[in-house]
Amino acid sequence: MPDRKDDVYGDHISHKFNDELMELKTQFLEMGGAVESQVERAVKALIDSDGDLAEQVRLKDKEVDKQEVALDEEATLIIARRQPTARDLRLVISVIKMVADLERVGDEAKKIAKLAIKLSEEGQAPRGYVEVRHIAGHVQSMLHDALDAFTRLDSEQALRIMKEDKRVDEEYQAAARTLLTFMMEDTRNISLCMSVMWVLRALERVGDHACNIAENVIFMVEGEDVRHTSIEEAERVVGG
Amino acid sequence: MSTLNTAVAQEMDKSDEAELPAGESRPAETVIEEGATVGAPYADDPKFKLRDVEVFYGEDRAIKNISLDIARNEVIAFIGPSGCGKSTFLRCLNRMNDSIDICRVKGSLQLDDQDLYDPKRDVVELRARVGMVFQKPNPFPKSIYDNVAYGPRIHGLANRKSDLDDIVESSLRKAGLWEEVKDRLDATATGMSGGQQQRLCIARAIAVSPEVVLMDEPCSALDPIATAKVEELIAELSESYTIVIVTHSMQQAARVSHRTAYFHLGHLVEVNDTNKVFTSPEHELTESYITGRFG
Repeated sequence: MPDRKDDVYGDHISHKFNDELMELKTQFLEMGGAVESQVERAVKALIDSDGDLAEQVRLKDKEVDKQEVALDEEATLIIARRQPTARDLRLVISVIKMVADLERVGDEAKKIAKLAIKLSEEGQAPRGYVEVRHIAGHVQSMLHDALDAFTRLDSEQALRIMKEDKRVDEEYQAAARTLLTFMMEDTRNISLCMSVMWVLRALERVGDHACNIAENVIFMVEGEDVRHTSIEEAERVVGG
Repeated sequence: MSTLNTAVAQEMDKSDEAELPAGESRPAETVIEEGATVGAPYADDPKFKLRDVEVFYGEDRAIKNISLDIARNEVIAFIGPSGCGKSTFLRCLNRMNDSIDICRVKGSLQLDDQDLYDPKRDVVELRARVGMVFQKPNPFPKSIYDNVAYGPRIHGLANRKSDLDDIVESSLRKAGLWEEVKDRLDATATGMSGGQQQRLCIARAIAVSPEVVLMDEPCSALDPIATAKVEELIAELSESYTIVIVTHSMQQAARVSHRTAYFHLGHLVEVNDTNKVFTSPEHELTESYITGRFG
């Protein structure tokens, strides 16, 4: 049973236009799925010390980059051919912006994969992986929920993701303090801890990009830009 | 009604009742509350103040309780599906509907705080103040010069030939036509291209120094280049005149107007800043129309 809201881009007089917008949405979600899997596999490679898996993630990033280019082209053609307005315009513009976020998430996954390769080669005892696992789980669910909010045009869910981002920032600060303690305990830990710190940093950025996607979903649905505003303002937009 | 028409009407009724696929909305079912225009229909110190306007063609009510202000020196675009009343409403603004016997206009329509429909009002003088440009260029079968000079002559705006020459030149300049025609002012106007003829009609309209120019689909018979020239002209004219434009091209409304008014079945559904209308309209019907969901 298709969600009622899923049809809001599919009821134009021009069926071709419906198809083009649907194709844009589908391609975007495919890219979203690919990027989600990249993050998941990169974190798994790190925790399992699996250099091969990390290498696969690194290589797969090129495909994500290609998806970005294809989606941008599709969006550009829709603007050129259809001159979309109102919610159609907001969809196309948001997709262009969210694609950039997804591509950056892909880059963060690649960064984590590279660090996983480095750490697996060094073969040191894991430090801070509890924190990595925790934050990774958190930002992965944010990313998943952001894509889900896009699919269902659910601005309330998008608002929840914006709120989650604050918590990820706090968790990142706490994890950084823990790693700092390890480094102070034994200076031989510094190299390893710095690598883990970069991983945490990358994960925190994934959370930021998920939050950006959520903000764009609110713009698509509500027609108001909530970037660089307070949570209270975003609540007003979504609630009103 | 002929049998064929009856059959067609029945077929249309049937198609109206046909089941829509799950999840599809039927925009026409959206209830429009009479006189409940959303957005920003009012302005401070308006040029036109229009309140509770209704227009009847015989028994048919073509305009249903519309209230709207048109600000000074603004370009306001009227858009909406065919038969929504936008041209009818436009023609109220210089009483062009007077010539239609069965047409009655009710409500309060004021131009600079004075009643447009005051029986004592001189309609010829009104139309000099509120000029009009039509869909099809309609130059007089006279010379280019005489087309532009016609209005100033009958309104006695020029005492000397040199004054008239000045008016003709400045009007043609404002209409962006002077350079193209200055060496052939005596040539007949009907020999010009469509785009040139339309700009000549604009020059003719502005030759009598109007305060308002009404344009009823001024570009629908023009090619894209001529359209771009007329649109450029609208932008320039808006510095001195109030412009009301009816257009079937939503992109044109988006390009040239400051505010956009959306009409639907005789109702004024929404009036808002053009930027708002085309990015996030307030009313569902406006959204459906401008995004090509019905029309």
